[in-house]
Amino acid sequence: MILRIDNLVKHYGPVRAVDGLSLEIGQGEVLGLVGESGSGKSTVGKCVLRLTEPTSGSIELNGTDITHLSRRAMRPLRRDVHMVFQDPFSSLNPRFSIEQIVGEPLLRHKVCDRRETAGRVAAMLEKVGLRQEMRKRYPHELSGGQRQRVGLARALILEPKLVVADEPVSALDVSVQASVLNLITDLQRDMGFSCLFITHDLSVVEFLADRIAVMYLGRIVESGPTAEIFAQPRHPYTQALLSAAPVADPVRQRERRRIVLGGDVPSPVDPPAGCRFHTRCPLAYDECRSTEPALTDPRGAGHPAACHLVTADRVPDAAAPL
Amino acid sequence: MTEVMRRTRLWRRFRRRPMPMAGLVLVIAFVLLALAGPLVTGDPAAQDYMATLAPPSGAHPMGTDDLGRDALARIAHGAQVSLQAGVLSTLLAMAIGIPIGLVAGFYRRWLDPIVMRLVDVTLAFPFLVFAVGLAAIIGPSLKGVVLALGFAQLPAVIRITRGEVLAVREMDYVAAAIADGAGDGHIIFRYVLPNCASPLIVQATVAIPAAIIGESTLSFLGLGVQPPTPSWGVMLTTAQQYLSDAPWLAIWPGLMIALATLGFNLLGDGLRDVLDPRSAR
Repeated sequence: MILRIDNLVKHYGPVRAVDGLSLEIGQGEVLGLVGESGSGKSTVGKCVLRLTEPTSGSIELNGTDITHLSRRAMRPLRRDVHMVFQDPFSSLNPRFSIEQIVGEPLLRHKVCDRRETAGRVAAMLEKVGLRQEMRKRYPHELSGGQRQRVGLARALILEPKLVVADEPVSALDVSVQASVLNLITDLQRDMGFSCLFITHDLSVVEFLADRIAVMYLGRIVESGPTAEIFAQPRHPYTQALLSAAPVADPVRQRERRRIVLGGDVPSPVDPPAGCRFHTRCPLAYDECRSTEPALTDPRGAGHPAACHLVTADRVPDAAAPL
Repeated sequence: MTEVMRRTRLWRRFRRRPMPMAGLVLVIAFVLLALAGPLVTGDPAAQDYMATLAPPSGAHPMGTDDLGRDALARIAHGAQVSLQAGVLSTLLAMAIGIPIGLVAGFYRRWLDPIVMRLVDVTLAFPFLVFAVGLAAIIGPSLKGVVLALGFAQLPAVIRITRGEVLAVREMDYVAAAIADGAGDGHIIFRYVLPNCASPLIVQATVAIPAAIIGESTLSFLGLGVQPPTPSWGVMLTTAQQYLSDAPWLAIWPGLMIALATLGFNLLGDGLRDVLDPRSAR
């Protein structure tokens, strides 16, 4: 296991951003962490990078418990994990040239001298599809897609074992999204890094992720192999999310039953009692309002969901309320 | 290369505005007067008893004072004192205030509350009382003026730096630097400080004219530069006694103080508009 998160909790004051989350990512595996805004998915990424201090639980990176490591002790381990940020406009230091930005990890970890750094930066820029004349440019001279490629180059130059990608394409135009996604896919196949891919858009991870974990209000409600999540979503929330994503086939699109969830995500300051999803779930019944369902994997298929109906070995269908 | 391009772009945006350009011209004129003026105007202490309180003439373009000293020479030398007081006190405040603000903002959890309360205390302290006290201890002099003015500016510099640091440290590129494995010192000096520079440059253009007025005030009160060294404040003190006989003696230094201050303020406004996109309308 490259990453093992166990019962992670992160509270910002009264806000329970992450409230007991466990997940694992294996060697070379891509896990898509999916959730609405406010579900706490970005906080998970920040905790893994130790950009924020977890409240409790444990995070194991490549076999080392990093949950409460000091900044100094954490530094050598940062060679193995880096991050791609969501906002391509605030994630690059405006005072650094592209060459400086991409070379920083090499210099900070004293991997090689300045001359070799320049060579490696040039090679990395080529890998992410940026022309060599970009080296001397500054971030404000680049487009959003180009900046995101720079961010990718910076994250990958140390050949980390794990990359946390926090909504790396959601700030980009749709046409640019596709090319950056393809680039990430190619680089992942080529370099073999594991990836925690955080997104609010299921369709983004459909072809990239090996497994998907769906988050709702700080917890995982369902996880499983990508194909299975798409073919047979178990949790009513996952079903609703999938029904919201358009399908590129007019015939199938017309046949689909759209599940429209009422209301907003409840406040993470005061999550609902019982199942956190019961306030919006079309299938909710008495038990959902009182007891919280545990993640259960009925037939041991590696596809657990946190729903009382799943626990009772029934098949929830949010499109057909009881 | 690209940095140069960026600079020229800023310059082009700056040049289009008439008021900041007027400010720039005034500031350049003031600096020239301070640097080159004393070289061409002659001795500001030379007394001519045949022409005391003389009105402006060919020999004395700005007239003479009660001791027959050339007002133009004294204005030029006074500009030097004003420039020194303005620039040195601002540099002093920046040299001390920026590191304090950086550290306070960056380590906001445990250092910031302490530093900010100390700043509040400093702000509550009347500037003139402090200047009088300082003059009493080290004697009235330009050194005392610079120290007093520098100290007076310190809270503003600390606050501005800290405020910027608090904003900049939340940027993703600082998080990325941590992920890169950068240490605190590297992050503070290569990431945070350069991105806090713009408002500090603007602050300097506001602080320098304030310090010029401050120097004149202190010297006018006799707490600053001492006669016979010419300073615009000292000249005003003298001129006050002869206001009805030789009004030009008061007009020149007054006008110079007003113009120098105006120049820096206009320049500062222009710089703020160009450097800080948040104030763009």
